[in-house]
Amino acid sequence: MSGPVTTSVLFDAPGPRARLRNNALTLLALIGIAAIAYLVYLRFDEKHQWEGRIWEPFTESATWTGYIIPGLLGTLKAAGLSAVFALVFGSVFGLARLSDHRWIRVSAGAVVEVFRSIPLLLLIFFLFFLAPSVFGGGDYTLIALVAGLTLYNGSVLAEVVRAGVLAVPKGQSEAAYAIGFRKNQVMRLVLLPQAVTAMMPAIVSQLVVLLKDTALGYIIAYVDLLNYGFRVLPARFFGSLIPAAIVIGVIYVGLNMTLSALATWLERRSRRSRRTSVKPIPATADIGE
Amino acid sequence: MNDLIKYAPDLAAGFLVNVELSLVCAVLSLIAGTVLVSLRVAPTPVLRTAAATYINIVRNTPLTLVLAFSALGLSDTLGLSFSKEPSTNAFWLVVLGLSAYTASFVAETLRSGINTVSLGQAEAARAIGLTFFQSLRLIILPQAFRAVIAPMGSVMIAMIKNTTVAIAAGYLAESAFVMRDTFDDTGVSIPIFIGLVLAFMAITLPVGFLTGRLSRRLAVVR
Repeated sequence: MSGPVTTSVLFDAPGPRARLRNNALTLLALIGIAAIAYLVYLRFDEKHQWEGRIWEPFTESATWTGYIIPGLLGTLKAAGLSAVFALVFGSVFGLARLSDHRWIRVSAGAVVEVFRSIPLLLLIFFLFFLAPSVFGGGDYTLIALVAGLTLYNGSVLAEVVRAGVLAVPKGQSEAAYAIGFRKNQVMRLVLLPQAVTAMMPAIVSQLVVLLKDTALGYIIAYVDLLNYGFRVLPARFFGSLIPAAIVIGVIYVGLNMTLSALATWLERRSRRSRRTSVKPIPATADIGE
Repeated sequence: MNDLIKYAPDLAAGFLVNVELSLVCAVLSLIAGTVLVSLRVAPTPVLRTAAATYINIVRNTPLTLVLAFSALGLSDTLGLSFSKEPSTNAFWLVVLGLSAYTASFVAETLRSGINTVSLGQAEAARAIGLTFFQSLRLIILPQAFRAVIAPMGSVMIAMIKNTTVAIAAGYLAESAFVMRDTFDDTGVSIPIFIGLVLAFMAITLPVGFLTGRLSRRLAVVR
């Protein structure tokens, strides 16, 4: 009697009275949702948000090729670069935290813990203002954004890498040492291949967070999807803010849900996998911004 | 170092705003998240779907978008207003956006807590005749809360750090804005940055430590 509760067993198969109550609740819920939808409709109407004029730009291909797609590319560029750098940063520091040398372990641990606890926007602002005073004038929006995302998400990924390697059963490395492998062979040939499979779902979940975080670029005026949607488009097509927000919102949610679905699929696959002795490690509790 | 001392009062006032935002949003997002998760596991499919849709949409939307929308969309375009005073209005728009965003993560965290409550508990609650909401309120949720204190602490820490994004909602008072403003004046200042980071750590580290301790003390023994 100690299996976990799944939502279906929180309540019984309904009897006649419960069925009546559920139907009443369903009806009430539907009325409530309809009422909210109607209030939103009324408010839109009052503020002239249903005028075809403000929705029209989104049916024209020029809006997409000229504004939305360049914005999306800006977002994807920042996300792609940061993802690659963060993975490198995460692997290096994650493995450094497992080093046999105390000074490497401790200093890597300090770096990871510090960057994890700095509010990301403060870090990006800092880098954004630091860059010109070190490298001279220029446009540092992309660099500041990518550097901030890399340092923060890389530190989170370092914890994932460390947890992944630690999750490989001790017998694996003992057996590898027993047949005469050296330290880096044990890591490279035995621990990492198994750990990577177990880490994959958590890594992909963190990439969702990273992709969401690229929207911070809006605040330092990096030309990403959010900037096009909230600054450029409403300025070009006066009054189109709400339609623009809906369009870019759908794009963000679509991208992230696709990545999340990939993470779930990977987790299920790695749970079944016989190529690793490690159960998938849980995703970080990071909520992104 | 001189910059830090010179601007310390401004920075402290800004940081206090972050603390205020954190406190208000913590209360609101915990309440809203609990309501959401109750709907998410309710016996009525319509409520379940509505809550799941909300959670999935909001948690996959960047917070920056949520906050920018609450200011530019909800307030400027649709005329939602909490107060005639622009800065008070902006404060509550940030609270609205940040709480709505955080609530979806609170709900997901609680749902993973509900999944740890053993089947026998729910069955026993039904056997003694508790209705769904009674068993949720008296049996399931109290145990679920105690199981997720540590992850909930992480969500709250992230929320505290996220108060810096308030700037996206045009609320120009909290410490990230003050820091940017100062850098605009004097150029980059490492002591100011480090000072603010330490201030945030002074809050987030105790929250992490306390929730970690509480989660061990209140763990449900099975």
